[in-house]
Amino acid sequence: MSCEKMETRILAYMDGRLKENERAEAEKHLAGCAACRLRVNEFRAVNDLLDELPAIEPSGAFNARVHALVAAEPQKRSSWLTWLAPSPRIAFVASMLLLATVWVGTQAPPPPIATQDLPVVESTDYDVISSFAPLSDLSQAPDDDADDSDAPQQPQQM
Amino acid sequence: MTRSDVQLMLDVKAGDQQSFELLLQRYRTPLVNFLYRMVRNREQAEDLAQEVFLRVYRAREDYEPSAKFTTWLFRIATNLALNSVRDHRYQKLEISMDAPIVADTEEGDERMMEVADAHPDIEQHLVEKTRKKMIRHAIEKLPEKQRAAVLLHKYQELDYAEISKILKCSESALKSLLFRAYETLRVELAPLVAHSVKH
Repeated sequence: MSCEKMETRILAYMDGRLKENERAEAEKHLAGCAACRLRVNEFRAVNDLLDELPAIEPSGAFNARVHALVAAEPQKRSSWLTWLAPSPRIAFVASMLLLATVWVGTQAPPPPIATQDLPVVESTDYDVISSFAPLSDLSQAPDDDADDSDAPQQPQQM
Repeated sequence: MTRSDVQLMLDVKAGDQQSFELLLQRYRTPLVNFLYRMVRNREQAEDLAQEVFLRVYRAREDYEPSAKFTTWLFRIATNLALNSVRDHRYQKLEISMDAPIVADTEEGDERMMEVADAHPDIEQHLVEKTRKKMIRHAIEKLPEKQRAAVLLHKYQELDYAEISKILKCSESALKSLLFRAYETLRVELAPLVAHSVKH
């Protein structure tokens, strides 16, 4: 093993995280390399020095402050509420569909076409002028329509 | 039987506030210490740790146990710490090893430690204090990512796979990062290291 390769494994070697064959390889190198052996010892010394730093304890108000932050958060919605409002986009589309349905439903239906009263053109030789013959009788029979009506008659003003 | 972190988090997801309380108790001290060593300000470290817990709580509904809980937790903490260090870099005082070492006035932990140690020999006491200050400053002088790697490796005892996920780098890049950090510490702490190696 080279010194460069030892450098990449030195911390894992110190931590005891090398595989058995890697550890044996590292130890073999260290046995013959004074520089790497010194470095391992110095890194171990650094590691021990880091242990000397004291740990601190969180202040007494720490938990209370976390609780206050958490309490200010909106609570989880109940399942039925979640079902009712699954997504703003879906809710918007559903509202638009509902409005469109209501609008279409409130529109007045178009007047029916009385197709039975329309003259049927049976041939191109149809004489339109002669077909208007009943029009000449209109002035002679105005009371026929009045007689057929069921509407109450208004009293005649004298 | 002690519930695992993942199980506690799944219980929090299901609406159990007591499980969140257990996670808070379990990780408040490691988080505050990690952040304190990253940002070197106790009040700021506590604010950041509170923010970590708040983010964990906010993420409860989307939590999926795809990674170890500690990886997720310290990833949030590391991101917050790195952003905070970068944001406050301009405010940070340059610390020189040549500067006279004066008594700490801002760090309660240092004062508590003095009382607890209660060395009869004042000279020995000052030597101890100087050692700790040198170690703290050596860590502080490391580039942020190297500092985070050393703290996660040394104090949280996370494995290389976890740390590399937290720092978003490959395992080989992490090993290189740690090696460079230890090299820097070895140089910065040379007088103490030499003394240790001789004995």
